[in-house]
Amino acid sequence: MSHATGEAYLKRSGLPHLSCAGCGNGIIAGALMRAFEELNIPPEKIVVVPGIGCSGTVNRYLNTNYLHSTHGRALAFATGIKAANPDLHVVAFVGDGDGATIGGNHLIHAARRNMGITVVLVNNYNYGMTGGQASGTTPAEARTSTTLMGNPERGFDLCALITAAGGNYVARETAVAGPRLQKRLKEALQNPGFSLLEVMSPCTTLFGPRNGMKNPRLMLRWLREKALTEAKYNEMEDPQSQGYFRVGVFADKTNPSFSQRYETMRQRILDAAGGK
Amino acid sequence: MEKNEKLMQGNEAIASAALYAGLSFYAGYPITPSSEIAEICSKELPKRGGVFMQMEDEIASMAAIVGASASGAKALTATSGPGFSLMQEHISAAVIMETPVVVVNVQRQGPCVGLATKPEQADLTQLGWGRHGDQAVVALIPATVAECFELTVKAFNIAEKYRVPVILAPDEQVGHVRENIVVPAPGELPVINRAKPTCAPDAFTPLSFKPGAVAPMSAFGDGYITRMTASMSGEDGCSNSDPDNASRRVAQLHTKLEAGRAEIVMIKTFDTDDCDVLIVAIGSPVRCARTVAKEARAEGKRVGVLQILTMWPFPYAEITPYLKKARKVIVPEMNYAGQMAGEVLKCLDDPDKLIKVNTFNGQIIKPEDIAKHI
Repeated sequence: MSHATGEAYLKRSGLPHLSCAGCGNGIIAGALMRAFEELNIPPEKIVVVPGIGCSGTVNRYLNTNYLHSTHGRALAFATGIKAANPDLHVVAFVGDGDGATIGGNHLIHAARRNMGITVVLVNNYNYGMTGGQASGTTPAEARTSTTLMGNPERGFDLCALITAAGGNYVARETAVAGPRLQKRLKEALQNPGFSLLEVMSPCTTLFGPRNGMKNPRLMLRWLREKALTEAKYNEMEDPQSQGYFRVGVFADKTNPSFSQRYETMRQRILDAAGGK
Repeated sequence: MEKNEKLMQGNEAIASAALYAGLSFYAGYPITPSSEIAEICSKELPKRGGVFMQMEDEIASMAAIVGASASGAKALTATSGPGFSLMQEHISAAVIMETPVVVVNVQRQGPCVGLATKPEQADLTQLGWGRHGDQAVVALIPATVAECFELTVKAFNIAEKYRVPVILAPDEQVGHVRENIVVPAPGELPVINRAKPTCAPDAFTPLSFKPGAVAPMSAFGDGYITRMTASMSGEDGCSNSDPDNASRRVAQLHTKLEAGRAEIVMIKTFDTDDCDVLIVAIGSPVRCARTVAKEARAEGKRVGVLQILTMWPFPYAEITPYLKKARKVIVPEMNYAGQMAGEVLKCLDDPDKLIKVNTFNGQIIKPEDIAKHI
């Protein structure tokens, strides 16, 4: 059996890529293209909606439809795209500053509506494209260009947040998770409701060096160490304060999506009108 | 055929006309004095196969209608001052991605929250220039309920034909007034739908930067790979930082509207052939100006009214001949600075002819406010 390459979804003219050494963006984009291929989704039925930030450059490499949107608002554009044509596979490809900080409100409301959108959220712990400022997921005490003496704020636990907001499928993996990343993407793409895959991919150029990891190798080693399964995570005393995070699936439900519920409501209106 | 005469509110006429024009998607956030439009759309769209969404804010509402338009929908949102301010960035997104959308801003008194239920015309400049970046939009302003209907259909037609966001901005008075109108029969008013590509998928480019060009627009899922970006792109929809490309791209956003000027720019004139005093008005002050002119005519004074329906692009060339003929030009409007008077001034041969009449207290302009200057 041959393995998926994702080639049909890759726009080669977009190469060479723009990412820094050790950046997870290319790995995540590659996994997404292979997931598309394994699920046999035609490129013309896919709409990828990036925001603005390092993750937002993904459309450069894609041979699918895309709408490269504004900073923080990818979910709102994606909501309109999906609601107007529920047959499309809509993937919001966003970052943590973009998708969960300035765009936090859209993220929780899209999850609450259970919009049939797949969100790939690349969490690099900072605003990479603008020089590494603190975002809504920067851990407490972490150093960034706007928290040089340590972050006085705490970072969001996005998987807990989106599970609480009602998203059908919620999972977290790291950019170094290998084939598991592709597996999770396929699970997310197949769920008819809202799905979020948070991919931990700390910025090797800006976040790493400011936090004691001088080169990408050290940053990626840190990433592998800090990702724990649910069992291991629960065994630890106060794991979050030591930088550990849980990976795996947080929610996997089959609740009806916005579009499914809307059709039910529409039928009710039409039935009521017919009965008059 | 019998005429379908109906007592309608301005906002109701806007919603009805949007449905007449083929509205299939509405996203919005409730705000006085525009909410009736959302309520009617929420009731009517599901019956007609369309989708209504109440979004988390106006930023999302504007983004959602741009997204829906990209999926092939005829899309609308309605708001007022504070919400309209929040929509600016994504009106800009509709400009650069050339997505047809209609945005209703029922103008209310400000600044900020202001007198939320009262009329004003202090957004006139913002309609045209409220956004960052170099761009052109269309803004239409009705003065009657019948015009609310006609201009809404027109707004969709312009949006679809020129792939541009069109803003419809009645003041609160016009949005809430009730009048008898003859509702146009289906087919009576032309309804334009965007041109779709017919070429082979491999030959498709989503944009054209030729001067005056409007490229056919595919919807996501149509079978063409459609690339859209709020960043600077080439005609292929891919990021492009070449200065010549940027120059052609920005110019085309303007030239396509210049090419369509004859059908985009609308004015109406009343008794202007012999007029000595010309009242130039837009929105609800037009109603008052016509009353004043009629009464003055009865007294033998030669007073005419020039109504502007297209605020942007402003009808500089179209109004200039009328201004030249008049001895005195009165511009009544509901804002302090004289936002429209400032544009009229650019066309005047003699600036001393201009008399500004301004109210900004949340009350409509009264006939005596204008009459005393005749």
